[in-house]
Amino acid sequence: MIVLDCLGQRCPLPVIALAKKLPTVEVGDVVRVLADDPAAGNDIRAWCRMKGQEFVAEGDNQFDVRRVS
Amino acid sequence: MPLHPVARQALLAALDDGWADPDRLYSAGRRAGQLLDAARAATAECLNVRPDEVTFTASGTAAVHAALLGGLAGRRRAGDVLVHSAIEHSAVLQAAQRHGSATRERGSARQGYGSAAQEHGKAQQGHGSAVEVGVDQLGRLDLDAWRRAVAAPGVALASLISASHEVGTVQPLAAAAQACAAAGVPLHTDAAQSIGHAPIPPGWSLLTGSARKWGGPPGVGLLVVRKGTRWLSPYPGEDLHRPRPQGALDLPAVVAAAAALRAVLREAATEAVRLSALVDRIRATVPATVPDVEVVGDPVQRLPHLVTFSCLYVDGEALLHALDRQGFAVSSGSSCTAATLRPSHVLEAMGVLSHGNVRVSLHRGTTADEVDRFLAVLPGIVADIRKAAGM
Repeated sequence: MIVLDCLGQRCPLPVIALAKKLPTVEVGDVVRVLADDPAAGNDIRAWCRMKGQEFVAEGDNQFDVRRVS
Repeated sequence: MPLHPVARQALLAALDDGWADPDRLYSAGRRAGQLLDAARAATAECLNVRPDEVTFTASGTAAVHAALLGGLAGRRRAGDVLVHSAIEHSAVLQAAQRHGSATRERGSARQGYGSAAQEHGKAQQGHGSAVEVGVDQLGRLDLDAWRRAVAAPGVALASLISASHEVGTVQPLAAAAQACAAAGVPLHTDAAQSIGHAPIPPGWSLLTGSARKWGGPPGVGLLVVRKGTRWLSPYPGEDLHRPRPQGALDLPAVVAAAAALRAVLREAATEAVRLSALVDRIRATVPATVPDVEVVGDPVQRLPHLVTFSCLYVDGEALLHALDRQGFAVSSGSSCTAATLRPSHVLEAMGVLSHGNVRVSLHRGTTADEVDRFLAVLPGIVADIRKAAGM
């Protein structure tokens, strides 16, 4: 599992980190973003929708995104 | 929105003529009383209601709180549940929080529900309960969920914003009101965004507004309670059954508010066409000239003067300040621009991007040239902020 530690970072920084990381992983791989900004869950989900990537799951301050394209 | 020139004239005249306490019996007081009655009658005529159904308050927020808490108190025997949409103004959410604990009609796992208002009000929470009804991605009320929610046992009052103050989506007020009528539940509508800009369908029992949103001065709220609606004052005071402003009204401002409303409604139809075309221009141009932008809200069923979009990878506060330096005063629903550091509950309820968010409100003074200049500078500003963030 590829983990991006964005704890303590304000939005849009976690989304920027995810957008930079995802093109570097294999299609099908999952990136886990650790983020505690209150907007992170909403904005990572919206980013996946806008960019055609898969929002897999969310837990406590963690969000899993699969590269599908 | 800047003060309407008619409101300014009326305000200056009323400062000389309406300084006295309208409840006093001396001649200056009686004159002030006449001005208040005339303002009430003019406002009632504009809204197609009876003058004795109209109350002016010290703010739009005060009007919302009086409508909700008084409407709930009046229906105490019927129940203690308040139904409201997920995209209400914070004034409604705060009153709901004061009323009681929250649940939601459509079970969605989205985080952040209740957010700032909920955390704020816990210490003062009442014994009632509030049910929140969700919206779709365009910000439209989930009508099926609304029908279920208002038909449930124990519902005292329902509250639906006439059109979203953040994204402009006009709500299905007539259908929502029908569902309420069928269930015997009175409906409050927060019409602050619509009054003077867009028609408001009938069927509501309580309506609130804010004069500064229609070109009147700040510090004047509007509360309309239709005849036959049970309303009980939530405040200390003598008038238990009739809404009254808390403390003395700013009478010159009330006179100016009524004058502005009349003037704005005379222009409303032509202004709506003009501003709606400018909003269409923004809605079409921004996604074409700025990459990775989401224009949010319903493109058709919307307010004529308001448009909202979110730019990926952009800090909302930085965007707002950069636009301000170019002379554009815009708002944002991004968390970095909120005192609570929480994103807008409206954008969250819709599930749309909350960072890099800009809300543009056009008014009667906005020209096509200004809109074009805004559209010309925006791509460069967004590109600079993204470049600084390494995108």
